[in-house]
Amino acid sequence: MTLARRIIPCLDTDGARVVKGVNFVGLRDAGDPAELAARYNAEGADELIVLDIAASRDRRPTFLDTIRRVAAELAIPLTAGGGIRTLEDARAVVRAGADKITVNTAAVEQPELISQLSEEFGAQAVVLAIDAKCEAGHWDVRIRGGRDSVHLEAIGWALQGVELGAGEILLTSVDRDGTQSGFDVPLTAAISHSVSVPVIASGGAKLPEHFVQVFRDGAADAALAASIFHHNTQSIRSLKQFLSQSGIPVRFPC
Amino acid sequence: MIITLIDHGAGNVASVERALARIGAQSVRASTPSGIANATTLLLPGVGHFSALIRALDEQALRQPLLEAIARGVPFLGICLGLQALYESSDEAPALRGLAVLPGRVSALPPTVKLPHMGWNRVNAAANSRLLRGIPTDSYFYFAHSFAVSDTGRTTAANCEHGATFAAVIEQGNIFATQFHPEKSGDAGALLLRNFVSLAA
Repeated sequence: MTLARRIIPCLDTDGARVVKGVNFVGLRDAGDPAELAARYNAEGADELIVLDIAASRDRRPTFLDTIRRVAAELAIPLTAGGGIRTLEDARAVVRAGADKITVNTAAVEQPELISQLSEEFGAQAVVLAIDAKCEAGHWDVRIRGGRDSVHLEAIGWALQGVELGAGEILLTSVDRDGTQSGFDVPLTAAISHSVSVPVIASGGAKLPEHFVQVFRDGAADAALAASIFHHNTQSIRSLKQFLSQSGIPVRFPC
Repeated sequence: MIITLIDHGAGNVASVERALARIGAQSVRASTPSGIANATTLLLPGVGHFSALIRALDEQALRQPLLEAIARGVPFLGICLGLQALYESSDEAPALRGLAVLPGRVSALPPTVKLPHMGWNRVNAAANSRLLRGIPTDSYFYFAHSFAVSDTGRTTAANCEHGATFAAVIEQGNIFATQFHPEKSGDAGALLLRNFVSLAA
């Protein structure tokens, strides 16, 4: 028996609506999160991630309501993140219906947050998101939507995150994100072969072949995409058929 | 029939509630000894650390009424940690005594594979499994755990493999348990919950 490779649609929201934009500029409305969640659940998504990319304090109640509405549509696991800075933020997200919490900038700024979350919810509920950019022969960790360097090397940070209690790594290539030119296979392979936990590859997906490459050569355990699913460029069902024909184990809904 | 969800504060009760509502089953939460003593069907959800679940059951004085209900024959379903809690102990918290309804010990999956065992996997089911009745044999279920019970012989209705073979479904009389999360396992999980509801009715 082998674990199926997971396909994970990601809903980037402004708290209330799914949005699509590059570097937070020119955000375009891409739909209602609960409607998209219901569609992906039926089409065979293996999990769903919902992020609050605005993450402003005053919109927090709206985002929590979005999590509740999305969770109500799902018979698959839900990960939520964006703006989680404290244990109390995470508790609110879990109470609203998230099975896992993802942290990024806050984990870089206060790594002990990873341990606190892991102790309270278990490692299986803590997803460390790492945004990495290739720089002078290594992968540099970026925060605040990929803009700021914190002079951390990505493989070392991933290992430290796992040591602190993260149960999964959500790895986004800053170089590939939004380009639709394929996942960063060398980056994904480097991280996946270094850590003991599953790795979700993110950034650059467009074609079914991109997914085959990142599973086969990048050793990814899961792959994430957003706009290609939202805009129906790629259906999850036909993507999984392609993967299955390529020898990648995937799950089909009943 | 109403399913009583044991709400010990260390489980994702809400997601089990939603899954039961989707199949039209009624449920109530119970967090007191009398709530459990009066239950006609019990479900113990659990995520996280073995110690969090066992400590919560003891702090709320739920262990005794739970053991008595199971001994009386009240249909019981344990999910994930709710399966592991049935055993005598766990390597995740060796000093604590589990419910010890079933003999044996929960141990860590081997570090030769990625842990947690996270995602969708298939199971090898015994032909006479009551929980898996009518569910296609190639169905996937959602797992998220690093500890498990080694295949336990006749109580194991299905096993799974991730680095080692372990019990995925336990059935013994009125005691049922799954290492995976039926409430997160799509249509296959919904079918399993339906089967439990029918068995308990």
